[in-house]
Amino acid sequence: MKVVKGIGRGSLSPISSPGLLLFSLLLFLLCACSGSGPTDPITPQLSVVNVGSDTMVNLALAWAEAYHELHPEVSISVTGGGSGTGIASLINGSTDIANASREMKEEEFEQAEEQGIAPVEHVVAMDAIAVVVNPGNPLDQLSIPQISDLFTGRITVWQELGGENRPVILASRESNSGTYVYFLEKVVQRDDPDNHDLFSPEALLLPSSEVIGLEVSQNPNAIGYDGLGYVTPDQKALKLAVDQTGPFVAPTIETVKDGTYPIARPLYMYTRGEPTGPIKEYLDWIMSDDGQKIVAELGFVPLSDS
Amino acid sequence: MQIPAVPKDVDWREFFIEQLIRLMGVSAIALVLLIFLFLVREGVPALLEVPLSNLLGQRWYPTFEIYGLAPLVLGSLLVTVGAIAISLPLGVATAIFIGEIAPEWVREILKPAIEVIAGIPSVVIGFIGILVVSPLVREFSGAPTGLTALTGVLLLAYMALPTIISIAEDALDAVPDSYRHAAYALSATQWQTIWRVVLPAARPGIITAVMLGVGRAIGETMTVMMVAGNAARMPLGLDAFLRPVRTMTATIAAEMGEVARGSTHYHVLFVVGLTLFVLTFVINLAAALAIFREKRGGGRRFLA
Repeated sequence: MKVVKGIGRGSLSPISSPGLLLFSLLLFLLCACSGSGPTDPITPQLSVVNVGSDTMVNLALAWAEAYHELHPEVSISVTGGGSGTGIASLINGSTDIANASREMKEEEFEQAEEQGIAPVEHVVAMDAIAVVVNPGNPLDQLSIPQISDLFTGRITVWQELGGENRPVILASRESNSGTYVYFLEKVVQRDDPDNHDLFSPEALLLPSSEVIGLEVSQNPNAIGYDGLGYVTPDQKALKLAVDQTGPFVAPTIETVKDGTYPIARPLYMYTRGEPTGPIKEYLDWIMSDDGQKIVAELGFVPLSDS
Repeated sequence: MQIPAVPKDVDWREFFIEQLIRLMGVSAIALVLLIFLFLVREGVPALLEVPLSNLLGQRWYPTFEIYGLAPLVLGSLLVTVGAIAISLPLGVATAIFIGEIAPEWVREILKPAIEVIAGIPSVVIGFIGILVVSPLVREFSGAPTGLTALTGVLLLAYMALPTIISIAEDALDAVPDSYRHAAYALSATQWQTIWRVVLPAARPGIITAVMLGVGRAIGETMTVMMVAGNAARMPLGLDAFLRPVRTMTATIAAEMGEVARGSTHYHVLFVVGLTLFVLTFVINLAAALAIFREKRGGGRRFLA
C-alpha cells in the first residue's frame, strides 16, 4: 500500500468506500435511465397544458380552477415563466396554450412555421400597466416622457421631478417578461419605432411581479411597473398622462375601457392552429360572461361590457 | 512470505469490482469532457455571429443584440471574492474550534447543526434575503436599495460556510496527533500549536475547502438572482458592493427559458456558460498547483 505522505490528504477519508461505491452506482444508474431520451409529450385526452406570462399566471389559474369545477373531466395545468417562455414552449410542442402579455414577434412566428405550427392568437382580457411608487413618495402623477427619463437614467434624483432629495431606484422585470417588452416600447421608447432608448444599466431586473411589489413597498426610493392586478395597497399607482399637459388618469377598469389610461394592452392566449375539442371549449368559456367575470375579480379588465 | 492460494470465485469478484470502479472513474472524467464539448458546440456559433468587440463590451442588452460579457464576469467575480473574504476566516475559525478546542459534547452538537445549514434550499435563503437581509443592508449602509452585491455576498458567504467548515475540519483532523504531541513537548501553548503547527500542516486541505467554497459561491444561482438586483452594470469603483450586480449564473437562469433554440442569444448564453466553466476550471487548477508546489517544497520544513 502506498503511504500517503502529504499532510491533510485524507480530507475525503471519512466517506466510507462501500457507501461511496453504492452512491456512485446509484448515480450512474440514474444517469443511464434518464439518458433514454425525452419521452414524447403525449397528453391524455382531457388534460390541457397552459404555460406563459407571469402577469397572467394568477388569472390563468383562477380560470383553470373555475373551469375544472364545471368540467371535472378536464384538468388544466398552469405554469408561469414569462411570455417568451410560453411561446417557446408552444413552438417546441410542450404546451397546448401559451399565455402572452405581448404579441408574438415576427421571428417567433418564423420559428413556429419551421416546426410546422401555425399559432392562432386569441385576445382573452385587457390589462393596464400601473407605474408604482412607495406610498411615502409625495408624487402622485407623472407624464410618459418623465417616466421615460427616469427609466433611461436621464433623471436620477426624485427632486428633479419635484419629489424628495432621494436617489431613484428603478425596478424592472427581467427581459423574458412580456411586460418588460411592452413597457420598453410604449413608455421608455415613447411608442416611437425610431427611438432606441434602453433601460438604464442601473435598473434592477427582478424575477417576478411579487419581488417588484416587495421592493416598491419597502423602499421609498423605488419606482416600478406592473400589471394592474398586482398593485397592492402598500404600493401607490401613479396617475399618468401622455404628455405634461395632461389629463392625468389613474389606472382603473373604467379608464382602461374608455381608453383614457395611456398604457393598457390586450392579454393573449396562443394555440397551435385553430383550437379543437376541449381546448376550444375552454377558450369559448374564457370569452363567455362567466370567464370574463373572473377577469374583473382579479383586477384585470374584461373584454365585454357585461 | 507465502501467499495463500486465492479461490477462483473471489478472484472474479475482485476483477469485476475493479473494472466497475475503473469505469466510474473514467466516466466521471468523460462526463466533464462531454459537458465541455457540448458547451463549445453550442457556444461556437455565437463566436462566429457576434463580433468579438461586442462580446468584450461593457453593456448587456440581449434584446438589442448587445452582448457585452464584462459586467457579468465581473459581477460573478465580485460576489464570489466578497463571499469568500467573509466565509474563509469564519469557516476556518469554526473548523479550528470544532476540531481542536471544543469539548466532545459541543462538537457532537455543532457538527450536525452545520450539516443542516448545508441542506437549506437556496430559494429559502433567497427569500430570507429579500425579506430580512436586504432591508437591513439598505438601512445600515445607506445604499439606495437593499438589492445589492453586498446582500448577495452575505448570503453566499453563509451558504459557502458549511462546505468550508466540514472540509477544513476534516483536514485538521487528518493532521497526525504526533505533530501536536511534538509541539506540546517543546512547551508550545495550545494556540501556538494550532497556529504554527496544525494549521500549516492542514493547509492543502484548507485550500481544497476554499476551492469548494468558491465553487459553491460562483455557481449559486437562485439566491443571487433573488437578492442581487441583476442590473448589468460594470461593478467598478469602491461602491460596487452597495450597488446591484448581475452574475453569469443569474443571467443564464433568467434568460434561457425565453430564448428561441438556435438563435444568437441562445448561443451567447452558452458562451456565458463556457466562460463560467473555464473560469471555475482555472481557479481549481491554480489551487491544485498551489497544493502541489507546497507538497514538494514546504513539507520538509517540519522534518528539519
